[in-house]
Amino acid sequence: MAKAATAPTTSRRIKLLGKHPIGIPFVAPYVAFLIVVFAYPLGLALYMSFHDYFFAAPGAIVERPFIGVDNYTQVLGDPVFRTALFNVVKFVIINVPLTVALALVLATALNRAIPFRTFFRASYYVPYVTASVAVVGIWLWLFAGDGLVNTILGPLAPDPPWLVNEAWALPIIALLVTWKQLGFYVLLYLAALQNVPNELYEAAKVDGAGAVRSFFAVTVPGVRSATTLVVILATIVGANFFTEPYLLTGGGGPNNASISPVLMMYREGIEQGNAGYAAAIGVILAIGVMTISLLNRYVLERD
Amino acid sequence: MKARLRLVALGTALLALAAACGGDEAVDTEEAAQATGPIDIWYSDNPEEITWGKQAVEAWNADHPDEEVTGEKIPAGETSEEVIGAAIAAGNTPCLVFNTAPAAVPQFEKQGGLVALDDFPGAAEYIEGRSGDVAEQYKSPDGNYYQMPWKANPVMIFYNKKVFEKAGLDSENPPLATYDEFLQTAQTVIDKGGVEAAIWPAPSSEFFQSWFDYYPLFIAATDGQTALVEDGQAQFTSAEGIAVAEDFWAPMYEQGLAKRETYNGDAFADEKSAMAIVGPWAIAVYGEAIEWGVAPVPTADGISPEQTYTFSDEKSIGMYSACENRGTAWGFLKFATSKANDGKLLELTGQMPLRPDLTSTYADYFKKNPEYEVFADQAERTVEVPVVPNSIEMWQEFRDAYSSSVIFGKESPDEALTTAGKTIESLISEE
Repeated sequence: MAKAATAPTTSRRIKLLGKHPIGIPFVAPYVAFLIVVFAYPLGLALYMSFHDYFFAAPGAIVERPFIGVDNYTQVLGDPVFRTALFNVVKFVIINVPLTVALALVLATALNRAIPFRTFFRASYYVPYVTASVAVVGIWLWLFAGDGLVNTILGPLAPDPPWLVNEAWALPIIALLVTWKQLGFYVLLYLAALQNVPNELYEAAKVDGAGAVRSFFAVTVPGVRSATTLVVILATIVGANFFTEPYLLTGGGGPNNASISPVLMMYREGIEQGNAGYAAAIGVILAIGVMTISLLNRYVLERD
Repeated sequence: MKARLRLVALGTALLALAAACGGDEAVDTEEAAQATGPIDIWYSDNPEEITWGKQAVEAWNADHPDEEVTGEKIPAGETSEEVIGAAIAAGNTPCLVFNTAPAAVPQFEKQGGLVALDDFPGAAEYIEGRSGDVAEQYKSPDGNYYQMPWKANPVMIFYNKKVFEKAGLDSENPPLATYDEFLQTAQTVIDKGGVEAAIWPAPSSEFFQSWFDYYPLFIAATDGQTALVEDGQAQFTSAEGIAVAEDFWAPMYEQGLAKRETYNGDAFADEKSAMAIVGPWAIAVYGEAIEWGVAPVPTADGISPEQTYTFSDEKSIGMYSACENRGTAWGFLKFATSKANDGKLLELTGQMPLRPDLTSTYADYFKKNPEYEVFADQAERTVEVPVVPNSIEMWQEFRDAYSSSVIFGKESPDEALTTAGKTIESLISEE
């Protein structure tokens, strides 16, 4: 009888705690970290996005009423947000293919026994570890009206200059981000290239394939899982660009031509005190990025 | 599996609950208003104001050992308003910030971050007694003072005399009074003065940039009778307001007399521009390196300097709600804005305490430093940013319309500002 009573209890415990409850203390620190750093802010962002929310002093009696989906309808109806979203699309279209192509080609070159290989590997990584503010300072100097690029181009320089030119401001930012992040992606591809068996290259050579054919027939499919990762990471980084329009184009200028959703979040949430509105932008952006990443994964990983 | 799902659901519900709650206990306002003891203050991070702040703190501490004041410069951030706003939300603001922008006061007030100074007996009389009629501009719509108007940097046109002379212009009385004269002079200094721009205000889209291009001229154009908005109505859509954009700044950008590109540095200091819109702080900054002259901001028909109004670029002192020893904070605030300490502020920073009759009150200083007299005189005729709800949002809306139409010429200034005016009227009517 006692046995019969114990069995369902044990079964319930197993259901609740799993077969090996000893694992719980081991994962608890990371779970706590996830809750504090990711889950709580995400929960708060969702809560804020459905309220007329603003940051208040602790203990201050303020009204932050529930407003349903008002923030979302306002954000989606805001022409500046639509411009910002379109800018993300333009940014990703320039940044992601360029990142994948350059990173893979450079990684393939750096994987070979070329002179000064270590020097080149370090050189491509330097922009990635350099502070964005310093990098932006250099690009400001390069692309100013009287900067180095225009001096070289002479009469071919665009008018108005790059950073105040509505057609060029965003592509320049996309190029800057591509260049700055490239070292990291080269590193990912270099790691992936170590797993491509040499025998495949030798077999390709025996079959008469040259360097280019080997690259497309062996290297590209061999690093496909790394390509998926690079595409997803580049998309996430791209969708969240902020520092560059904030510093390089004077706050998303000219005339919002380089504004990004994250810059809008900063303006609305921090500068103007509309934290609920900013949270709604954040939620929409997160859903968009997750959708694109899932699509990328589906397209790139299918057999 | 179902049990785990229930756990996840419970966790999510707890997170949402935790997100919805939170917050510490508020300071008891009645008790705090009487309380005395140590306090912290922040002052601006420029060297001159740090020197002033340190001497004021030392002088106070020498006489008040039980009410020690600890002063430090405001923590680094893109703007002071962001730093203060974050500190309000975190509940760790100091008692006093000697760098509170009037435009940010409505937002800080809404956050519950500011103390109404009227809580202290005789506060309104003290503020109005020190600053005179101009104090009225710093009252919040509820009739309380949430800021102590402190010091102004009335903006004027600074010009490089050598560049003007090189361009063949009269460097003592250059033709800068009317829009037409100014535009003609601007063209001449570019053609013959060896500069890239006649004037180079920041063309970027930050909400506060209009304070240093459009707004001073708008105030001058309206004879100081109105701020950007008044009684819930946009005033910049008036004929004078549109003319500032259409007849002055738009041609400046169209003709390349002002640049659409942000200058990476100080264009006036680097002699890339012949003029700048600045306050008296500029004397200490440019004084040694550049032979400068000063003129009031231009108006359509030109009015005498003695009648020209401008933007005050004022900074106030705010008392913040995290302060526990508000009795001491109020005592120090009065001490720091006393006649003697205002004199020290003038002497050490060149900035104008918000007092009437500066030149007679501090006659010795102006005798020794006559170059500051013109700014002291201008300080008598200034207009502030309006204290209205959603103030920063309002300025951003204005800046976006100005930037699109005046700087980049994408639409007509008249249409853009009229549309912005309607949006702004709706914004400032929201609580």
